[in-house]
Amino acid sequence: MKKLPLLAAFAALLLSLPAAAQDPALNDAQIAHIAYTAGQIDIAAAQQAIEKSKTKAVVEFAQEMARDHKAVNDQALALVKKLNVTPEDNATSQALSKQASAKLEELGALDGKAFDTAYIANEVAFHKTVDSALSDTLIPGAQNAELKALLETGLKLFTEHEKHAEHVAAEIK
Amino acid sequence: MARTRLWALTLVAGLALAGIGPAGAEEYRIVLDKMQFGPVPAEVHPGDTIVWENHDLFQHTATARDKSFDIDLAPGAEASMVVGKAGAVDFYCRFHPGMTGTLNIAS
Repeated sequence: MKKLPLLAAFAALLLSLPAAAQDPALNDAQIAHIAYTAGQIDIAAAQQAIEKSKTKAVVEFAQEMARDHKAVNDQALALVKKLNVTPEDNATSQALSKQASAKLEELGALDGKAFDTAYIANEVAFHKTVDSALSDTLIPGAQNAELKALLETGLKLFTEHEKHAEHVAAEIK
Repeated sequence: MARTRLWALTLVAGLALAGIGPAGAEEYRIVLDKMQFGPVPAEVHPGDTIVWENHDLFQHTATARDKSFDIDLAPGAEASMVVGKAGAVDFYCRFHPGMTGTLNIAS
């Protein structure tokens, strides 16, 4: 139950993203930064799960998250370098990072089944909110075609991760 | 002795070149890219070879629901398998369960 307020705050934060896109506040450098930050957050969460969890399905899921998000973020770094764009820190990235640190700390206090359940529940929620942000805000807002294409790949990846997380949640119930 | 063996080898090679292989088995390629399985041949037969090619950024698997195959594919890797017994075999990626396809194996 304790995790609900944080999840709600996180959801509210991302729901506010579409409004931000309407006034053309987010440029490609900021969009790239947000997408990259979301990937790094999930990698950090995965590393915590790999260290803490003793459940095979959870550890394997976390290894997949770390691997896939690193692959897409490596591609993002190569792209911004090629486009000569420097990812630009912004309020959304900062809010994401702040929420993620709080979540890492919260999960850090849990062990065993309580940790597994909370980690996977957060993975479902996190991927869901990032999916919405990508499809409603970041993809429509991206100007560069290659960045847009990479974000679209990211959306497919996040959607699949969400499904996989739901499977794992059912498995460890 | 050595000469006989050489002759046998030549014969086998000749038959293979002439396409008189084991029951005319075919080779098909299925490409994985952008988080999906590419086109799957409409119909394959037991003994055919399928080469799975992963062109994607991500690690995938080609895993049969009936457990008849389970192939790990690192990014950029390819792996081949020989088609088993007849039937419609649904397959998916263990990591990305929305990636699916069906292999129709005719007898």
